[in-house]
Amino acid sequence: MEQLNLIWQGLPSLLSGTVTTVILTLYFLSLGFVLGIILALGRVYGSRIINILLIQPFERFFRAVPALVLLFLFYFGSSFFNINMSPFVAAILAMGLRSAAYQSQIFRGAIQSIGEGQMKAARSLGMNTLQSIRHVILPQALRLSIPPWANEYAVVLKDSSLAYAVGVTELLRQGRYIVARTFGNALLIYTFCALIYFVLVFVGNQCLKLLEEKYRIPGYEIKTTKHQSVLERI
Amino acid sequence: MPDVILKAENVYKRYGKLEVLKGISFQVNRGDTTVIIGPSGTGKSTLLTCINQLTPPDKGRIWLEDTEITNPKTDINLIRSSIGMVFQHFNLFTHLTVLDNVRIGLSVVKKIPKNEATEISMEKLNEVGLADKVSSYPAELSGGQQQRVSIARALAMNPKLILFDEPTSALDPELIGEVLNVMTKLAEMGMTMVVVSHEMGFARAVANDIIFMENGFIVEEGKPDKMFNDSENPRTREFLHKITELYGGKEK
Amino acid sequence: MSFISLAWDILPKLMEGTAVTIQLTVISIIIGILLGIPVAMGRVYGNKLFYAICTFFVEIIRGTPLLTQLFILYFGLPSVGVMLSPFIAAIIGMGLNSAAYQAEYFRGAIQSVKKEQLTAAYSIGMSQFQTIRHIVLPQMFRLVIPSWSNELIYLLKYSSMAYMIQAPEIMSQGRLIASRNFRTFEVFIIVALIYLVLVSILSKFLDVIERKFRIPGL
Repeated sequence: MEQLNLIWQGLPSLLSGTVTTVILTLYFLSLGFVLGIILALGRVYGSRIINILLIQPFERFFRAVPALVLLFLFYFGSSFFNINMSPFVAAILAMGLRSAAYQSQIFRGAIQSIGEGQMKAARSLGMNTLQSIRHVILPQALRLSIPPWANEYAVVLKDSSLAYAVGVTELLRQGRYIVARTFGNALLIYTFCALIYFVLVFVGNQCLKLLEEKYRIPGYEIKTTKHQSVLERI
Repeated sequence: MPDVILKAENVYKRYGKLEVLKGISFQVNRGDTTVIIGPSGTGKSTLLTCINQLTPPDKGRIWLEDTEITNPKTDINLIRSSIGMVFQHFNLFTHLTVLDNVRIGLSVVKKIPKNEATEISMEKLNEVGLADKVSSYPAELSGGQQQRVSIARALAMNPKLILFDEPTSALDPELIGEVLNVMTKLAEMGMTMVVVSHEMGFARAVANDIIFMENGFIVEEGKPDKMFNDSENPRTREFLHKITELYGGKEK
Repeated sequence: MSFISLAWDILPKLMEGTAVTIQLTVISIIIGILLGIPVAMGRVYGNKLFYAICTFFVEIIRGTPLLTQLFILYFGLPSVGVMLSPFIAAIIGMGLNSAAYQAEYFRGAIQSVKKEQLTAAYSIGMSQFQTIRHIVLPQMFRLVIPSWSNELIYLLKYSSMAYMIQAPEIMSQGRLIASRNFRTFEVFIIVALIYLVLVSILSKFLDVIERKFRIPGL
């Protein structure tokens, strides 16, 4: 009973930690979203040079290097290059860019599974590339992306706990503080934190399901994609 | 004095090692329906996509009325908005309703205000007989209906001519009729049309001019009567014989 | 000293850490297979109770961060008197985590074996057990290879989390070295490069395996 009381008293800090976690996740996903779309469009419609020199190395690096290492690189790198950066910002850059590399994959897959006939039809009406992408390709690609994007949401939310390592006071770190402050039952407190994460993931997924239903294209079925090499998929 | 609306001169196109068009020249008069026939893979579709520069030709020139399409200085998007195209696989925008599909070219390319655009779109949808399907999505329609919507989409742009790339080849047999009927009506209303097709019945009944292409060349060209009954070239006769056997070429 | 000489200098110690990283990865994936297949079967063929337990397991593990799971094992269990070493806690945490994900991959593979094949098997008189053993499982193993390859690489990357519970893998080594020479950024650039190399080599290798075992035409 005393243990439950501990959780009750720790609730404000845990709540503040949860808010930080949610804010972090939103920042990561937003940065990832904007940059991800740009990268995806670059990979599908951009020149080969930009692709080979810029986009592909970027994606390869941010997908092959673990999130924790990226966090450290940005956090310690900022002082190495004499840039004043808070742990919060370093985390956003590291995880945001990482998410961009994964989201770019998602959008690219969606764009490529839209038949090229759509682009042809748009062009034949007289739309330029920008108009075609904006009015025909993207609206369809974004709808197709929702299921894999829901997966990315879950991953980013869970990985936000890594921000702990560079000192950001998110949910897990708050949990740690409570354990340290009160010599409380660590098992209980961390399990409670895990539960909060679970709820956040669940609620988010439900919202995305609703979004998917709302924007579903009636009658439309998606084709399957062909085989990719391992390095392309991780 | 025939009013030439489309003129192609010495058009060449190759894909990698394969030369698909080997010096194609022809003209289309305003109000005429030209049907291009020939074995598959002889570049008929490529010729169409060269006209609206979806696949720019390697060599040769093409004019739409007085404007040279192939001139790099020409605004190609402007040209495309005056040339309609109907595809074998319809290519309707899947995320848009029928009405939006027809309307989108008007709003985005021609920047026509929404009310006017809606009015024009409804008119065209009426012409193709699909006014009752305005809120449906493409995937909810039959192939024939989808193709008619795509014709309405092309018509809405008020084009100077319409290119048809095998418009009925992807349709189930019982749906071909509804599309051919719309096309016949368009021809009767005076629309200039260039049609790549295997539908010999349509060609015989509606075409003013038939072009037979094989291996990237124009083998023979002429009025339907001459081509079907009195052709000069044995290859034309051979092809027509084969195709009327397969597709039952008696006109309606 | 220059970056290159720094790299050269610390590489041996980092290699010790890398060895632990690889051990963590390999042991965890094995635990994941051994536990994942039964859980997948439970979700496909099990009775209501078994299905419920397996689903609960999968949903909880996949719905919570790996880091939290590691914390619970390493910092939490001592509260009830169970003390695990960092390495053991890491392999249990990563192993269970991998099992949950692998269970889903196996389940997907099992379910993508077409029903017509099962019908054919039953119609020549095979029991459900025989059908599973001779028709479903062989195909499942080949269909699951792409997802499984992904999982192996994820484990390699996420083994870095074991640093947070003080396992002596490459991140910890890096931190140790950095705490002595204060060149943290450069040290972790080298660590990043090591991960890049490991992941690239592993990917190429898995590509070859995939190509070799793919069911032709599928």
